[in-house]
Amino acid sequence: MKLRYFAWVRERIGKPEEEIEPPAGIATVSDLMIWLSQRGEEYAHAFENPTVIRAAIDRAHVRADAAILGAREIAFFPPMTGG
Amino acid sequence: MQMAATVRLQCEPFDAGSEAAKLRRGRGDIGAVVTFTGICRQDEAGAPLAAMTLEHYPGMAEAEIVRHVEAAERRWPLLGVAVVHRYGRLEPGEEIVLVVTAAAHRQDAFAAAEFLMDYLKTRAPFWKQVELAGSGRPRGKIWVDAKQSDDALADRWTPRRAAE
Repeated sequence: MKLRYFAWVRERIGKPEEEIEPPAGIATVSDLMIWLSQRGEEYAHAFENPTVIRAAIDRAHVRADAAILGAREIAFFPPMTGG
Repeated sequence: MQMAATVRLQCEPFDAGSEAAKLRRGRGDIGAVVTFTGICRQDEAGAPLAAMTLEHYPGMAEAEIVRHVEAAERRWPLLGVAVVHRYGRLEPGEEIVLVVTAAAHRQDAFAAAEFLMDYLKTRAPFWKQVELAGSGRPRGKIWVDAKQSDDALADRWTPRRAAE
């Protein structure tokens, strides 16, 4: 699946997107954040406070307990500040 | 007559007057048009601003705005909606966002415009980064924090908050 990062999540991780295949057992957005945060300091920094991170699956907002099975694109970003 | 809806994301400036005129053209049923323009201020939390950069999630930003325009259409008898949101680098005084709503009566046009703005603030995937104007210190780039007051404004349209 493709992961995309925006705003300070992107800056902390150091890239706008990447392809990853999470191991079996990573079932939810929350699981994915925990798994990603163990991939290195930059990820740990980005996900240090997972409750503030928002997520979207295939370009629709989801909660942290959403299942990631079948997702093509998952995005992580800070709370939005548009308008 | 069908409702005309326009949703556009662009770097370029927009002309609020001509967008509003486009909605009304050739229609005698529209009795109220509300035009809201959000503008880049010259300061952020008291600090002088050199510029603001808006990052967005292409594809999702447009889809999310369309979803909210459709929700507004279901809620109020609208005769036209236009939303234009800019991205990229903007300087103080430049327009950021435009919401135009048209209806037979003003209450519906006002309410739908407020609803759309409240949702754009908290649900449309845009992020503002400001460059502070440096005077004797290095210019800093700061991501603008989401405001709880904006969440509260969006929440007032739903008794229970929609899925995050």
